[in-house]
Amino acid sequence: MARSLKKGPYIDRKLMERVEVLNKSGQKRVVKTWARRSMIPPEFVGHTLAVHNGKKFVPVFITENMVGHKLGEFSPTRIFRAHGGKKSEKATKVK
Amino acid sequence: MPRIAGVDIPRHKRVEIALTYIYGIGRHTSNLILAKAGISPDTKADALTDEQVKKIRDVINEDYKVEGPLRTEVQMNIKRLIDIGCYRGTRHKKGLPVRGQNTRNNAHTRRGKKRASPSKKKA
Repeated sequence: MARSLKKGPYIDRKLMERVEVLNKSGQKRVVKTWARRSMIPPEFVGHTLAVHNGKKFVPVFITENMVGHKLGEFSPTRIFRAHGGKKSEKATKVK
Repeated sequence: MPRIAGVDIPRHKRVEIALTYIYGIGRHTSNLILAKAGISPDTKADALTDEQVKKIRDVINEDYKVEGPLRTEVQMNIKRLIDIGCYRGTRHKKGLPVRGQNTRNNAHTRRGKKRASPSKKKA
């Protein structure tokens, strides 16, 4: 279910503060964050955030198109390593 | 044979239904269009006068995005998701369900037809 409009978008406060500081000083630094659930506000555009995926931090460069999405959408938590490749095929043929 | 919004030539049906043959128009929009054009949804598509057809055309041109332009819009939306590299984009790219459905079984609308599984030989 979508979030109530009354509440407005959820943006991680601490992360927002840190980005705001960077914006004011005109710096660009990678900010590590675990706030996958945070929405991307327009202020983030142009920054690179390192979004945790449960194992490591995935660098995400924020572009204008990403505004309105959540940070977690850009840092996949699962890796898919193909179903039974040649090895398993050969193994079945030998039998 | 009425021709509305490009190549659509529905016939022998009530206009209400006939209009839904146009991409981007369902029962609901179809009824809205007819109400705005002041045409009874019960008239057969064949029985429409040229004037009525023109009215329908005008309403669609004014208020609705259908067929080609609508298709490109949808494609652009999908392309955007793929380009920004978000989860939904990768799901589109892989041709898997986008909205969190299970994929352990089924999901063949997205994945395509079932492939024949290799027959298991008895050991």
